[in-house]
Amino acid sequence: MRTLMKGNDAVSEAAIRAGCRFFSGYPITPQSEIVEYMSWRLDEVGGSFVQSESELSGISMIYGAAACGLRTMGSSSGPGFDLIQEGIGYIVSAELPTLLVDVVRYGNGLGEIVPAQSDYWQVVKNGAHGDYHCLVFAPASVQEAVDLVSHAYDKSEEYLNPAILYYDGAIGQMMEPIVLPEMKEHDPNQFAWSIKGRGGEPQKQVTSKCYYEYTTPESYVENLRTKYAAIEKNEQMWESYLTEDADLIIVAYGIMSRTCKEAINVARKQGLKVGMIRPITLYPYPVNAFASLPDNLKGVVSVEMSALGQMVEDVRLAVNGRKPVYNYATGKMIPDTEEFISYVKNVLEGKEESV
Amino acid sequence: MAKNLVTPKLISEFNRFCPGCGHGLIAKMIAQVLEERGVEDDAIQVYAVGCSCFISTVIKADSIQAQHGRAPAVASGVRRARPDAVVYTYQGDGDAAAIGLSESLYAAYRNENTTAIFVNNGVFGMTGGQMAPTTLEGQKTATSIYGRNTELTGQPFKLAELIAQMPVAYVERCSLANAKLIAQTKRAIGKAFDNQLAGKGYSFVEILSPCPTNWHMDPVKAYKKLEEVVAEEYKLGVLKDSKEDSK
Repeated sequence: MRTLMKGNDAVSEAAIRAGCRFFSGYPITPQSEIVEYMSWRLDEVGGSFVQSESELSGISMIYGAAACGLRTMGSSSGPGFDLIQEGIGYIVSAELPTLLVDVVRYGNGLGEIVPAQSDYWQVVKNGAHGDYHCLVFAPASVQEAVDLVSHAYDKSEEYLNPAILYYDGAIGQMMEPIVLPEMKEHDPNQFAWSIKGRGGEPQKQVTSKCYYEYTTPESYVENLRTKYAAIEKNEQMWESYLTEDADLIIVAYGIMSRTCKEAINVARKQGLKVGMIRPITLYPYPVNAFASLPDNLKGVVSVEMSALGQMVEDVRLAVNGRKPVYNYATGKMIPDTEEFISYVKNVLEGKEESV
Repeated sequence: MAKNLVTPKLISEFNRFCPGCGHGLIAKMIAQVLEERGVEDDAIQVYAVGCSCFISTVIKADSIQAQHGRAPAVASGVRRARPDAVVYTYQGDGDAAAIGLSESLYAAYRNENTTAIFVNNGVFGMTGGQMAPTTLEGQKTATSIYGRNTELTGQPFKLAELIAQMPVAYVERCSLANAKLIAQTKRAIGKAFDNQLAGKGYSFVEILSPCPTNWHMDPVKAYKKLEEVVAEEYKLGVLKDSKEDSK
């Protein structure tokens, strides 16, 4: 059954239906609807909601509940997501699953509440210290956000690593028709590692894996390398759109990819052979999408709603010198079709500088 | 009395505490209290960072290590995930009163049905004896080498008094200074767990404890200082008992 839902509400309901039974969060625009939705909905399904005194505390509660095997979720934006980083580092070190939602707002520090894509470095590289990545999923529609929730939980549990659903405030705030998944049951006791009181078994310890499990320098390194190599090999997701014959390939994710797709359709009608690679996972970055580039390709353009252009670094790595790479960073503006096509023409005519 | 001389089964044979440290005594009493109530297999201990983090190698209950200061918040998540477990936090003074003050106060403010054991030895122990919020006036530490100047750094921090302002079940300050006070400490720990088992809400036990290593004195002198100097600043006794309050 199709229903009309706001992005943040739909993601919350999808989490409930994926078996999420613990949420703790703090209000911040443009993600507050998730906190609001979970506050009443978790109670209906026998789960727990805590409005925490800070994001530091909220992610800590999530850490505790995740250690007990529950499907947990947290969400925030901008400076709130900064505070979550401490907990992410510990959840990573203890190898626990959780799903975090970053509904991105624009600007450094407190910044503004308008939509943006400028947290790419924070979520994709890593916001806490140490050697790790979160699994990062970047939906381009409310339906895709809904569909990725359950997948993100599965992968987070498979690799025992936090997953982040990363979308801009526009997808969080807009309503779209969606189909919600069926309700799933999640058994927190299915994991050998879940904490419940030792119950006659030997003591279990949830802490950094370097203390009790990967205690030699070699095993610690080996575990991390093996885990992230497997994620990079197996978990890349992307959509290729009209890339086979393209003279120019646009790389864009999230809301920006929708604007780009529309502009590409118009450009094609004008005879401009433009295509698009739309990363759905940002970590692992879908480098396989760039494996074979058309011979006639003149360049690859990274388009992002950020001031500096953050993803362009990964685009350069994926293209690896085979073609020129261009950085179309739009700040807090979403370019309209005309602006976009004018930029594309400039690139094709050699009027833009590659990075 | 004889059973008190037997090492609790929960206690490991090995610990990392310095000679004369109070943590070992407290660990033994927690283990005794859990075993006397038959709940050792239901216990989940949440600790964080500092010397108190060695608790998980001493008390062999299921354990979670929180971020520095965040044990009360992690325990709040555990409380909801495992409603039938016996959940307690174990923290030092730098952990619970400095970096984790917000989490400490808000767990009490929500009256979480958990037990908090707060070990106050007046210094950051593990990092080498720096000044803590709880450091006494004039006390020399690695970051107050001429003695704590309370005009610049504030007065010794009274976490138990703050917690007692919250709608909690029970707050008591105890000391390891002598055998009589140690026995009282064990009674307080017992009451703090009994409250949780009865669903009465948050209980907080502050335990004044010596740190001979970072106080730069032998254990005998350290215990004497605890009895004669520390107790002057930190008054012992029950600061809150909701059952008595309601009378």
